[in-house]
Amino acid sequence: MSRPKTLRKVVAPPNFKGYKPYGTHAGTRDSVELLYEEYEAIKLADYDLMNHLEASKLMGISRPTFARIYETARRKIAKAFVEAIEIKTVYGDALLDKHWYVCDDCQTRFTIPKTIEEHQCPLCKSEQIELLNT
Amino acid sequence: MKTVITSSGENNLAQFDKRFGRAAWFCVFDEETKETIFIKNTNTNSSNGAGTKAAEQIVSMNVQKVISGDFGPKAKDLLDKFNVQMVIIQDNDVTVQGIIEKLTT
Ligand SMILES: [Zn+2]
Repeated sequence: MSRPKTLRKVVAPPNFKGYKPYGTHAGTRDSVELLYEEYEAIKLADYDLMNHLEASKLMGISRPTFARIYETARRKIAKAFVEAIEIKTVYGDALLDKHWYVCDDCQTRFTIPKTIEEHQCPLCKSEQIELLNT
Repeated sequence: MKTVITSSGENNLAQFDKRFGRAAWFCVFDEETKETIFIKNTNTNSSNGAGTKAAEQIVSMNVQKVISGDFGPKAKDLLDKFNVQMVIIQDNDVTVQGIIEKLTT
């Protein structure tokens, strides 16, 4: 059985709050804010070594959108390295509610934490679920 | 696997309470033993932060799922961080027992 298109993988948040340079004389005057989706773009493209098309499909966005997010992410990281400033990870606005799903059968809304494998409604067990606010 | 259902009373026939932080009771349902226990929400009278305190209480009970009517932003963040699944039911007219039946069928 093929899954509905809306059942795409949710962006996994990074396992850190930020990165700090050390051995630098400059104080912590500035920082760059890396959004969750930017972290995910870097992870998929440069760590999981996916091509942009695969990565964009996994994130449920168009390829040009993926390319834009990826480019922004790289520039932010480059800026942090060169200027020896902190990287902070923050929720992207669009992502804050992105991991809320709605059940098409009983209208229950719910989250799916990364510890849960099944993509189904926690109440009626329907697999007809959709991501909200995409 | 334990689930919390926000409840207006201390037994299975009580109405589901749509409020999260200010629900009168938390019904803790154990999916393995099918048993329920009711824990009084001690935060209902706090002037602020009831949702956060309720979320902390739930995290400390090692619960994997919370069923309620609404979650505030701070409660959401906290529950999300501890991988607690949040489930929002909009139905006013349902008992705790009714929800448990849906969960177990
Ligand atoms: Zn459902």
